[in-house]
Amino acid sequence: MKYLEIEYISVIAGFLLLVVGLWGIISQKNIIKMIISFSIIDTSIHLLLVAIGYIRNRTAPIIDSAVNKSEAVNQITDPVPQALVLTAIVIGVGITALLLTYALKLFRQNRSLEINQFNSLKW
Amino acid sequence: MKILKNSLLLVVIGYMAWMMFNLYKDYDSRTALNDTASYYAEIGPDETGAANLVTSVVVTYRGLDTLGEVTILFLTAAIIGLLLRTEKGSRLVPLRASSEFLITAARVLIPMITLIGVYIFINGHLTPGGGFQGGAVLASTFILLLISISNKKLGHRVLEFTEAISGFSFVLIGILGIILASGFLDNHILPLGKFGTLFSAGAIPVIYSLIGLKVGAELSTIILEFNQIQGKEDEVS
Repeated sequence: MKYLEIEYISVIAGFLLLVVGLWGIISQKNIIKMIISFSIIDTSIHLLLVAIGYIRNRTAPIIDSAVNKSEAVNQITDPVPQALVLTAIVIGVGITALLLTYALKLFRQNRSLEINQFNSLKW
Repeated sequence: MKILKNSLLLVVIGYMAWMMFNLYKDYDSRTALNDTASYYAEIGPDETGAANLVTSVVVTYRGLDTLGEVTILFLTAAIIGLLLRTEKGSRLVPLRASSEFLITAARVLIPMITLIGVYIFINGHLTPGGGFQGGAVLASTFILLLISISNKKLGHRVLEFTEAISGFSFVLIGILGIILASGFLDNHILPLGKFGTLFSAGAIPVIYSLIGLKVGAELSTIILEFNQIQGKEDEVS
């Protein structure tokens, strides 16, 4: 069964998490819950990127006793998505911290985290 | 009104899910590396001297990306500092002192965790790990320090100094690459050394250690900013 292999499961889990996160951002009223949904989307994209770079029966892209230097092309998974995810995780941490700071500032101003209470720009 | 809203939500989410399903339908697992990855796998170990190919991609081939990323992290820390330091009408609330267990455990653990963090980023070109991971571990040391010895003043100064010096040295090494080797952030400014040993891969361990210090200092700054407001309670409400 092809669709029960790890990379197919990871890709479909990534897409499902992406949809769940989008649903959370659109439907939730609480700002903290929206930030959590954002983190879910972040994680789903990391999962997708790593799953796309994965090649079955191959090992991590590190040249050591398990991987021969001259045979590396046929033995390792794709290093580029992994490097991208490494970048994306750090950026995700930074963005989450910024979002939480804004949430804190909003709470200080309105004593509320419900998005319905913030109607100063509404008409 | 509520029904309309919910059905609209359902339509939007359904459309998104359908789009994702179309993307998934065309997905087929890969059996070989593409051209870029093959280049990195074939030429990379000899060209950069790093055993960990992810490190050679992050630090050398896409070093400019990493510089931009570290800059973004710095900007985040700066903006958080700007937003949280200008709190008006707040007064200090005395915090409960940390327990004996926590302080003793922190005294035992802090040197060890620091050592692990330094190990992770110094060996970034040989083993899984590197500057970002090691920096995060260093920041966790800082959290432990903050919650155990919370009554002592922990200096912004030291963090800012570390961050500034490591960022400056990172750019300086990049510019040295233009002068001494073939391009910005080229790692051939130091001899490549024996493949697979600690002192190999040219400037990669140096750059990754600087990144580790910088990321650790930036994450610690963010945590410190968040920690400093917990002792304050504003007068409004």
